[in-house]
Amino acid sequence: MNISEMITPAIKNIPPSGIRKFFDLVNEMKDAISLSIGEPDFVTPWCVREAGIYSLEKGHTHYSPNSGFIDLRIEISKYLKRKYHVEYDPKNQIIVTVGGSEGIDIALRSLVGPGDEVIIPEPSFVAYKPCTIFTGATPVIINLRVEDQFRLTPELLEKAITPKTKVVILPFPNNPTGAVMPREDMDKIVKVLEDKNIIVISDEIYSELTYEGSHVSIASYPSMKDKTLTINGFSKSYAMTGWRLGYICGHPDLITAMYKVHQYCIMSSPTTAQYAAIEALRNGDKEVQVMVSEYNRRRRVMVDGFRKMGLDCFEPLGAFYVFPCIKSTGLSSEEFCERLLEEEKVAIVPGTAFGQSGEGFMRACYAYSIENINEALKRTENFVKRLKSR
Amino acid sequence: MEEILEILEKDNKISAEQIAVMVGKSVEEVRAVIKKYEDENVILGYNTLINWEKTSKEAVTALIEVKVTPQRGEGFDKVAERIYRYPQVKACYLMSGGFDLTVIIEGNTMKEVALFVAEKLAPLENVLSTSTHFVLKKFKDKGTIFEERMKDDREAIIL
Repeated sequence: MNISEMITPAIKNIPPSGIRKFFDLVNEMKDAISLSIGEPDFVTPWCVREAGIYSLEKGHTHYSPNSGFIDLRIEISKYLKRKYHVEYDPKNQIIVTVGGSEGIDIALRSLVGPGDEVIIPEPSFVAYKPCTIFTGATPVIINLRVEDQFRLTPELLEKAITPKTKVVILPFPNNPTGAVMPREDMDKIVKVLEDKNIIVISDEIYSELTYEGSHVSIASYPSMKDKTLTINGFSKSYAMTGWRLGYICGHPDLITAMYKVHQYCIMSSPTTAQYAAIEALRNGDKEVQVMVSEYNRRRRVMVDGFRKMGLDCFEPLGAFYVFPCIKSTGLSSEEFCERLLEEEKVAIVPGTAFGQSGEGFMRACYAYSIENINEALKRTENFVKRLKSR
Repeated sequence: MEEILEILEKDNKISAEQIAVMVGKSVEEVRAVIKKYEDENVILGYNTLINWEKTSKEAVTALIEVKVTPQRGEGFDKVAERIYRYPQVKACYLMSGGFDLTVIIEGNTMKEVALFVAEKLAPLENVLSTSTHFVLKKFKDKGTIFEERMKDDREAIIL
C-alpha cells in the first residue's frame, strides 16, 4: 500500500507553511537573535497562574460544560460589554474554545462548504486559507495595500464580493501588519456589508493590543451584530498562549450550530485554563495595561529603528508586529530574510509567509526585550547598509 | 510625563535618546523633564540593585522595630533624624501599629549590627525599646526577584 496515496487530495495539496521553512533554518542557527516568534514574551500574570494552581489543588480536574463554565462565560460577556460595547448572553451566545484558532475552524465548518466563497484579506494569519479549504469552500483573497495602511477598504471588499460570497474574515488588529480598523474605516465596511447576506468572522484576538485609540468591534454596530461572529481569547491579551483558551460569540442560532462541531470534536476546553481565565478577566486589567504600555514603547523603538535605517515603515497601531518595506534593497522578502539570517544571524519572517501581498515586506515582532530589539535592529542596519552601498 | 519615571524606575541605564523614542517626545523635552524631576527631588538617585550574596563581601541586614517617645513640637521627626543620619541605616520608616520606627541596618557581621543597636540605637534618649530581626535570605527586593533571569524558551511556532 502506498501510504501517501491514502491522504485526501484536499490536505495533500495544501502547501507547507511558509514560516515553517524559515523556522527550520532558524533552528539550525543556534546563536541567531530573533524577532520572529508571534507570542508575548511576558509570562502569564502571577494572579492568573496562581488561580490555575489553586484550581488544581482543589481537585478541579474534570471536564467543564461543553460551552465552558458559566462563570467564565459571564465574565467574558461583562468584559466584551465593558471594553467593546457588545452584549452577548452568556447562556446561549458564547462558546469557550481551545484558542481563537478553534473558533476560526468551527465557524467556517458551520457556515461554508463546496460552492461557497470566503473572503480573506491578506497579509493575515496563516490559518484562514487552509481552514477554508478543509471545508471545500473557495478562499477569495483580497490583497491589502500599504498605501491604505493595510486596512480593508470598501472598494477592495466590493470587488471581491460575488453571489457566492458567504463569509468575510475581518482580521484586525492584524497579524502580520499591525494594521487596525479605526471607526471611520469600519463605518465604510459596515455600509458595504449591512444589507448583504454575508457573515463576518471578526478575529479580534489582538484587540487589547491597540495603541493610540481604542479597538472597534464590528459587532458593536447594531446592523452587524447578528451577522458577526466575534472571536477573541486570552493568548495575546493576558499572555496565556500555552493555556490554549479563546471564545467565539454570536447569534444563538449560529452558536447552536458551532456547538455541535465543538462538542463532538473538542468536547470542552481545558478546565484549569478556564479557572485561570476567570481570574484574568476579574483582576487582570492592571497587568494588561502594564504589558500594553511596554509593547507600545517597544513598538516606537522598532518603527524608529527601521525608519532610521532607510526602510519605509507605516505606523502599525495594533498587535505586536512591525511590517517594514524592504523593496528599496532590491531583494525579495525571502532573499532578504534568508540573507539577513545567514549574514547577521537575525531571524525576521518574510512577509510572503502571510500571503502574496506580503512580498516586499517582513514581519518583525516586538514581543521581545528592548535589549534584544536594539541588538536585532543594529545588525539589520549593518546588513541594509551593506546592501545599499553596493 | 510619569511614564518617564516608570521607565527609569525599571532601568536607569536607559539613555534619554531611547526614552524619547519610547514615549514619542524629542530628546530635548525628555532631558528637560528628567532635569526637572531631579531638581524637584522627585528623582532622588540612580541606585543599582546588587545581590551581595553572590559576591565575596560579607553583608548582614537587620530589620529593627523601634519604640520611641515622640517629642513635644517635634513628633517623631527629631528622633528619627538622629537615627537615620547613621550611614549604617539604609532605611527608616515611621510605622502605624505596635511600634513606631522600622530601621533597616546593614553591616558586615551580625556582631557589628548587634553592637550598633546596643551602643548607638538603644541608648538614644527617647528610644524606649528595640527588637532586632536579622534577614536570613532575600527572595525579592525593589520589585526584583533574586533568582536567575528567565531565559526566552519560546518555541518557533507557525502563526
